[in-house]
Amino acid sequence: MAHDIAHPAVDTTTGLDHRKLAIWTFIGSECLFFASLIGTYLVYKGKSVVGPFPHDAWVSPAGQHLEPIFEIPLVTFGTAVLLFSSFFVVLALANIQRGNRKAFLGWLGATIVCGLFFIGMQVYEFTHFVHKGLGFTTNLFGSSFYALTGFHGTHVTVGVIWLTSILVLGLRGKMPPEKALNLEIAALYWHFVDVVWIVIFPVVYLMS
Amino acid sequence: MATSVIEQAGPQAHTRKAPTGIWSWITTVDHKRIGILYGVTAFFFFLLGGLEALLLRIQLGSANNTFLSPEAYNQLFTMHGTTMIFLGVMPLSAMYFNYIIPLQIGARDVVFPRLNAFSYWVFLVGGLVLNASFVFGAAPNAGWFGYANLTSTQYSPGLNVDFWVVGLQILGIASLAAAVNFFTTIVNLRAKGMRVLRMPMFCWMSLITQLLLLLAFPVITVALIFLMMDRYFGANFFRVSAAGDPMLWQHLFWIFGHPEVYILILPAFGIVSEILPVFSRKPLFGYAAMVFSGAFIAVLGFGVWSHHMFATGMGPIADASFGLLTMLIAIPTGVKIFNWIGTIWGGSIQLKTPMYFALGFIAMFIIGGLSGIMHSAVPADLQQTDSYFVVAHFHYVLFGGSIFALTAGTYYWFPKMTGKMLGEGLGKIHFWLMFIGFNVTFFPMHFLGLNGMPRRVYTYQPGLGFEFWNQVETIGSMVLGFSFLVFIVNIVLSLRKGQRAPADPWNGATLEWSIPSPPPEFNFAEVPEVTTRDPLWEEKRARGGHLPEPVRASGEGIHMPNPSKWPIIAALGIGVFFTGFLLGVKLPVILAGALLTIVAIFAWALEPAG
Repeated sequence: MAHDIAHPAVDTTTGLDHRKLAIWTFIGSECLFFASLIGTYLVYKGKSVVGPFPHDAWVSPAGQHLEPIFEIPLVTFGTAVLLFSSFFVVLALANIQRGNRKAFLGWLGATIVCGLFFIGMQVYEFTHFVHKGLGFTTNLFGSSFYALTGFHGTHVTVGVIWLTSILVLGLRGKMPPEKALNLEIAALYWHFVDVVWIVIFPVVYLMS
Repeated sequence: MATSVIEQAGPQAHTRKAPTGIWSWITTVDHKRIGILYGVTAFFFFLLGGLEALLLRIQLGSANNTFLSPEAYNQLFTMHGTTMIFLGVMPLSAMYFNYIIPLQIGARDVVFPRLNAFSYWVFLVGGLVLNASFVFGAAPNAGWFGYANLTSTQYSPGLNVDFWVVGLQILGIASLAAAVNFFTTIVNLRAKGMRVLRMPMFCWMSLITQLLLLLAFPVITVALIFLMMDRYFGANFFRVSAAGDPMLWQHLFWIFGHPEVYILILPAFGIVSEILPVFSRKPLFGYAAMVFSGAFIAVLGFGVWSHHMFATGMGPIADASFGLLTMLIAIPTGVKIFNWIGTIWGGSIQLKTPMYFALGFIAMFIIGGLSGIMHSAVPADLQQTDSYFVVAHFHYVLFGGSIFALTAGTYYWFPKMTGKMLGEGLGKIHFWLMFIGFNVTFFPMHFLGLNGMPRRVYTYQPGLGFEFWNQVETIGSMVLGFSFLVFIVNIVLSLRKGQRAPADPWNGATLEWSIPSPPPEFNFAEVPEVTTRDPLWEEKRARGGHLPEPVRASGEGIHMPNPSKWPIIAALGIGVFFTGFLLGVKLPVILAGALLTIVAIFAWALEPAG
């Protein structure tokens, strides 16, 4: 069987590196974590007693008129950025495996920048919502929305820290092609975080 | 067999000495030491939970008793349940996951030794946080299942529920980390030739248990997060005035909670499936059926959670569906019972103490299963729910099931772990006291329940017909408690001057019996290769029935992972982080804990490899 950097010979029962199997196992577990958060969001959808609401306007008992709170264009752009970041990390992985150090570091940096942009977009969005009267405790929508997207954002942040650590190691010359698996595992986590967003975006932002 | 499973002797002169001293235990990454840490800690918590139960039984021994106040009673029954499940049965099972799985699959350790140590230390931190509540006079008091919105700040203003939430979150981290570790180990670190359908049944049941842990714990993590958010930040997840639904808690909790009971029983099934064949001198009957029925139980176990909610008004379609699915689980369970009987049938029965407990398990678990089937019939359950009938049911399956099996496993594997045999005479006395005490305590609960005694009540009125059986049960519980004293005496005497255990005292079938008792740090001098199930029986057959006592090899040239201080430090960081919430969302403490954990993780990742 031919082996290369991307597919090294590994002396395990399945032929998979232990760490790769472990990250997939962890990701499987995390699916249930987000499923519970998304399920709760869906169960509470449309049940909030007071506004602001995601897709509908609301007039408060005091006569205050509140518009639907989502800003779809901004979030759509942020979604696209996150999706592109998954593509960039694949390019970074291909380049580290081939020993193209500069390209690897460049694409990894691009991935991190996209991740930071996404987090920035979320911070802006959350701040904006709070100003418009949607807090964590305002209504069911506020609690379930901030919990779901907040935990997702936390996972993105952990991913950014992880990828940045690899970038720093790479800049110090400590990420040769033989260590490509380290990036691959981080990339798998990053793809997972992206896939979760691909579920959250239509369910939360697009479905009304 | 291509390579013998017997130890190949290395030079005898310079046998590697196991490191001693408390620092060596704090930094150990050896699965055997971690297993012992789990076992000793869990046994201590189990005794604590037992003491809590005895206090409950004293209170219930007579009508209108004033031994415990209602508040004290609520705290004790909550802690009894929480302790027995999370600090008793689960870590006792973890003791055997840790010690036995690598030995049975022919490995030198688990895949991630430091993560393994981390799981233990996080478990210890969680157990200490949970029990620290007693020091503050604020032990959890809303039941082990913490229903909303009793657990809201409105109805539970004190620290009690906070201790419960924080303790369970910490324990959840330990379980998840261990599950990733053992899942990967069983899938990826098996000896050459050990295909999955040649794996020992304990490894199979443990593998399925890890999967259940991985899929069920995230759900309770989310439920507990919602409760934390409601209590600490005023969120609306279970806030009725905001149209929050307390039923959401019940659904999330039981979607975790039902798989949790299979997490509690499957390792026990695995242990019994190891012991019965050895003590019947016959291979396990229907190995493949045992594998598939275990998997089927686990899968179905995710589909029946609302059978804990039949009295909540879900409607006839939900009730009927969950009732039907619950009844279905009896089928694979029945397959197991019959296969265990088939294993014993026609065998050469060795009535040693492990076999006593294994046989006791079968009988007690059948009784527990029968009351379970009675619960699956929705109309019957409406009568039985929230009564002592339920208490009888789950004690028969959890004590009669899990604890009997774990005790059987202890008598079975104690020689391997310590190099000493547990006393047979004391073992049999232990068994009979436990068996009689257990049945006298819990069988009458079936009667009390059907006669209308509710559960979770601190007392009852005289003249309702409850006094006699409650008195009987209290006496039974004292006998049961005493049986544990006998057990402890047996352990202490055996450690001090018990009979020396050979590598293979029971004529075992699996790889752990091919190495010395206790095993050297590196387990196998030469990693074995297998070609069949029951590899040791196969080896003995090939060599005329007996194998010589394995020689203690020096382990020269075998490189084992280095000890590490980062697992315990990371665990402490997690403890500090969550304590910050307990102190009333003290941000400096929370940040300090998070920082400590992050630093520990980085140091761990960058540590030179073992």
